[in-house]
Amino acid sequence: MIGRWLAGNRGFAVAIALFAVLFVTYNLMHTRGFSTAVLVQNANESVAIGFVAMAQTVPVLMGGLDLSVGAVMTLSACIASVMVNGTMGEIVFGAFVTLLAGTSFGFMNGLLVVYGRIQAIIATLATGAIAIGLALLIRPEPGGDVDGDLGWALTNTVWDFADTYGLAQGGEAAWLQPFINIPVPLILQFGIACLVWLPIKRTVTGMTIYAIGSAEGAAFVSGLPINRAKILAYTLSGFFASCGGLYLAIQTSSGNADMVQAGAYTLNSIAAVVLGGTALLGGSGGVIASLVGALILRVISFYFRILDIDPLLQPLIEGLVLLAAVSFGAGRTFSIRNRLELFR
Amino acid sequence: MSRLGTLSAADRPLVIAFGFILVILAVGTVYTLSTTGTMPLLTPKYLLLQLQTGSFLGICAAGLMAVILIGHIDLSIPWTLTAAAMIGTAVGGPGAVPAALAVGLCVGLINGLGVAVLRIPSMIFTLGLDTVLRGLMVAQTGGYAPQDAATPLMLTLAKSSILGFPAALFVWAAVSVAVAFLLSRTTFGRALYAIGTRERAAYLSGMRTTRVIIGAFVLSGLCAALAGALLAGYSAKAYQGMGNAFLLPAIAAVVLGGTNVLGGRGRYAGTLIGVVLIVLLNSVLSIMQMPEALRQIIYGSVIIGMLLIYGRGDRVTS
Repeated sequence: MIGRWLAGNRGFAVAIALFAVLFVTYNLMHTRGFSTAVLVQNANESVAIGFVAMAQTVPVLMGGLDLSVGAVMTLSACIASVMVNGTMGEIVFGAFVTLLAGTSFGFMNGLLVVYGRIQAIIATLATGAIAIGLALLIRPEPGGDVDGDLGWALTNTVWDFADTYGLAQGGEAAWLQPFINIPVPLILQFGIACLVWLPIKRTVTGMTIYAIGSAEGAAFVSGLPINRAKILAYTLSGFFASCGGLYLAIQTSSGNADMVQAGAYTLNSIAAVVLGGTALLGGSGGVIASLVGALILRVISFYFRILDIDPLLQPLIEGLVLLAAVSFGAGRTFSIRNRLELFR
Repeated sequence: MSRLGTLSAADRPLVIAFGFILVILAVGTVYTLSTTGTMPLLTPKYLLLQLQTGSFLGICAAGLMAVILIGHIDLSIPWTLTAAAMIGTAVGGPGAVPAALAVGLCVGLINGLGVAVLRIPSMIFTLGLDTVLRGLMVAQTGGYAPQDAATPLMLTLAKSSILGFPAALFVWAAVSVAVAFLLSRTTFGRALYAIGTRERAAYLSGMRTTRVIIGAFVLSGLCAALAGALLAGYSAKAYQGMGNAFLLPAIAAVVLGGTNVLGGRGRYAGTLIGVVLIVLLNSVLSIMQMPEALRQIIYGSVIIGMLLIYGRGDRVTS
């Protein structure tokens, strides 16, 4: 059973092992390692990149690419920085509008790719520029006004969440005790990933996403709903990206239409997808795997803090780690018997 | 549309893009006529100035086109350009431009080896190398703009004018002639198209696909490095992030010129027209004092709109 799972998910298994080793070593070296405070801080810093990596995964699974994820995340964060405040009702409405905006943007990407028949790379490159433009219109200057209670509740532990909103006797209820030290961001991230992706993956449309990545022609002649699957993939991408944007706005209680930052998020999302073991050519991998990939990227940057590495060397080390990670998987190129198998 | 229908498929993007350039010029001129009563856009001096600043983009796009033709992409252009400019100005003297080109050559070789030999998707490998180059340059310069000034040769190439034309234009023209010749008159060029169409078939017909792919990346690296040396001359020094503004416009220029992003199809004349289109679009938007937000939206919409007209791919049916 485990052997079979390993055979089919080698990249994912390697990613989990790598993350476990990196994270445990990090905590051993940290003066306050294995404490709730460190865990909460780490979890908070991983949410945005985690969501963007998830967003990138779905199009990559079908051999596509979404270069607008960072921009859609930025746009969502800017919308949230304007809308998510006031009464409880207004906050929920604002969050809903934020997610709806990002999801519709993804839906539009899907329509452009399917019915406009524009290559995904260039279509999302262009819509990414549009998203940044809209974000700049909404928030010309960085800033914002996001509900402070919500920010506190969502960026700390379960106990703080219950305490803030007076739930479960202010966090003192007996049934809550086993969970009080779990960071809320971790629950949100894995919760959304599992509740949204896993059910969708099991539908025909969800499986068609994988089928397109393996062999689009075969998927077509098998009568699979190709157009629906492609539109779904980009819509999901927009949804996950806007989740990241919404969280980023809540966490920083502001929005910032920063083009450079949006680009960095998009690039890191591709790196996270690769680190998680999803094939860039499509067909194998998964959203949860990319989440682990994103966590690996973040842990590497946590090391810079405790190791006292010259900040000037950080970009170099980040780049070398990324190159090493992608080259690591290239070993099979040399063990292949028939060179023709290298070409698609 | 009937006229367009009679054009060959390869010519349509060129004609439409050229038509759009005229539209941009017309809109810009109407705007300046209505606000100041002058038509600066249509004066040769202004157009030459625009083309001079566009030549850096044009040189990047020329090299990038070779990579896109084989169905790959080079995302390392920004920091190849910056690194070449920084190393070039740091070496200084007569060795400055060769040093810059050597940087481009090395980057291209590494990219090519990673993509052709290790078979790592170019999207991720060139991206990784871009990050490494950024890291190297940050480590070397301490994150500040380097103090080294551009050499006289760089200044001459980028800023002086010959026979009334900016020298940078001549460099761009020379690169263009060389690339156009490579693409259409050499086995290397034909191999690029063959690999972009079907790498498997190209390999089976005896082409040395590995060498050709490495060659394409070397060409892209060299072009980016040359653009870096020129840009350092134009601004009289090298600075952090000087290449960031070139990657996306270069991709857009190549694709708007009718080159298929998946490789195998495209003509150099199209890339030239694409570069001119992007440059003029930018300059008209800045004449109109368009805020950055609207510029981004217009920029994205134009690319989408043009591709909806002629960049539509084929449906997969088998």
